[in-house]
Amino acid sequence: MSETWIILGASSSIARAFARKLAERGDGVILAGRDTADLDRDAADARVRGAPLAETIRFDARDPATFAPLVARMAACEGTVSAAVFVGSMPAQSEIDADPALIDGVVTDNFTGPARVLQMLAPLMEERGGGTVVGVGSVAGDRGRIGNYVYGAAKAGFATYLSGLRNRLTRAGGHVVTVKPGFTDTAMTWGIEGMFLVAPPDKVAGDILRAVEKKRNVIYTPVFWLGIMSIIRAIPEPIFKKLSI
Amino acid sequence: MQWKTADYAGWGRARSARGTLARPERVPALAKALGARGPAIGNRRSYGDGPLNAGGAAIEMTRMDRLLSFDADTGVLEVEAGATLGALLRLFAPRGWMPAVLPGTGFATVGGAIANDVHGKNHHNAGSFGQHVLAVTLMTEAGPREVTPEGNPGLFRATMGGLGQTGAILSARLQLKPIPGQRMRVVETRIPDFDAFIAALEASTAEFAVGWVDATAKRKRLGRGILEEGELVEGTRPGLPRRAKSVPLDAPGLALSWPVVKMFNRWYLWRVPDTGRKRTRPLDEFFFPLDAIHDWNRLYGKKGFHQFQCVVPRDAAPALRDILATIAKAGVASPLAVLKRMGPGRAGHLSFPMEGYTLAVDMPARKAKVPALYARLEDMVQAAGGRIYLAKDGLARPETVAALYPELDAWHAEVAKADPEGHNLTDLVRRLKLRSAA
Repeated sequence: MSETWIILGASSSIARAFARKLAERGDGVILAGRDTADLDRDAADARVRGAPLAETIRFDARDPATFAPLVARMAACEGTVSAAVFVGSMPAQSEIDADPALIDGVVTDNFTGPARVLQMLAPLMEERGGGTVVGVGSVAGDRGRIGNYVYGAAKAGFATYLSGLRNRLTRAGGHVVTVKPGFTDTAMTWGIEGMFLVAPPDKVAGDILRAVEKKRNVIYTPVFWLGIMSIIRAIPEPIFKKLSI
Repeated sequence: MQWKTADYAGWGRARSARGTLARPERVPALAKALGARGPAIGNRRSYGDGPLNAGGAAIEMTRMDRLLSFDADTGVLEVEAGATLGALLRLFAPRGWMPAVLPGTGFATVGGAIANDVHGKNHHNAGSFGQHVLAVTLMTEAGPREVTPEGNPGLFRATMGGLGQTGAILSARLQLKPIPGQRMRVVETRIPDFDAFIAALEASTAEFAVGWVDATAKRKRLGRGILEEGELVEGTRPGLPRRAKSVPLDAPGLALSWPVVKMFNRWYLWRVPDTGRKRTRPLDEFFFPLDAIHDWNRLYGKKGFHQFQCVVPRDAAPALRDILATIAKAGVASPLAVLKRMGPGRAGHLSFPMEGYTLAVDMPARKAKVPALYARLEDMVQAAGGRIYLAKDGLARPETVAALYPELDAWHAEVAKADPEGHNLTDLVRRLKLRSAA
């Protein structure tokens, strides 16, 4: 049976790599993002790689008017409907400190915007009795750190939302994969100092696809981030609050 | 973040630069980055300073790598310039197509292959990469502009092998080559000396042919090596997909010292029995043998290496033997030198190929005598009426290069129109004074 994915935030580096892998295994992709003119080139790429269906559709996490058409488009697709969320934004913590109003945008991009779309899509997935949701969070959501805690808080909120959505969709035969990538070599992280163990997007996308195929619940990618974050989570708060990691 | 300041180098690592780098992933981001006035660069598989712009900006095209269209009936592929040739081989070989020309590394990008008008092991019958380009789209301030050999022959020729000087290449339309399968039947033959090598290359009727020469052998053994001839055959890819090993650290300088290299070359020769051997190999292993070791350039240590590659006309084979003898006598270690026959095919004013024989030799940069040796080799190439390959070069002098490339003025005239303010200058173009020609 055919499977069609909606990719939210399809211009992101990891999304592009993931959409390629879906196309190469014969899934359809609907690429949702702000720059649809450039996304048309990604849709062309997916078609050449083997996607039976590849389209673009406008989506802006901060513009709720773009949400309903996405769900309507997916409803018009036959077969299994799946969704992958790569939306996100990460202004420097110092910019947020200077202008706390930026918090609203960060929370909308990383959490509430995509969550609203998934919430609208969930009844369709339940009706079709299956499908997968991939939600990309971040290791930054595992613990609030001085350098990144607003972004981290939004990602943590999204991770908790995904956990609940998993609880709901599992009952209807669906599945939710929460992905927590470590540092990834993307346009968003290009030129940021102090990054280490940086993974290429293609590697992260490969890990995500494997997690989808194996119906994993929560993955860290590359997998060593599980170890790193286990240690960071285990640090008692009285000590953690004095660290700047 | 759009820009980062970094130290970066050509593949040989003997030439490096400090400057700002952008790596756009979308067309608007590319347009914005180009506003900072710097050349577009690919995966930096050129050996010298061709992909460098010290003190300025450069735009890495590696993430602009989308496939835009493919016609399965005609084999015409439109692809963004940052796609690597290895990726295209991997994607299209199972469908019965491959890039018509493949250089020795699959990490080279389409844009880099065009900017250096690269050649492959089939140059004697397929010509150069640019001869299979049907159209190229350049980014201009007014937006993308498609350039075809019919519509704008001057600009097209200046772009093929044009070192990126006519503007950033956004995408290209390529004519792929139909293939019967994903296998190469390879025949390896031991060759005793240089004259026998030339004779064997001349006698070869194979579609693909490359010679590996032991550049440490002297006198009677000068030019001994292995001739590898390949023919495409039917069948699926044999063996498992390659998993590249990597070189985790810069090797100490002695790793490729003279005795080590001598031993390696001897082992490499003796692998192939006297009577030769036949094998069936996957295409990627045949075309990109060194890609099996990621970052093999680190084997030359921190100081890196230069590669000298020249071509001489067919009737100047004795001059090429003198060149090889000069290298062997100088004792600059190089594990494997490459000797190939070339056909006349070339697509641009500054294209390297000419009908004759080409020789490529690596030289470790830590050896103090390398620049003087290189200069001597330059003179020998010039006297033989040959050419030096700019994609490999980090040492040549502007006077020689001007003499070796008679179409330089024609190229310069086109480039002056396409990039009047010199936004695309690279360290190589400045060093060789290519843009200041009369």
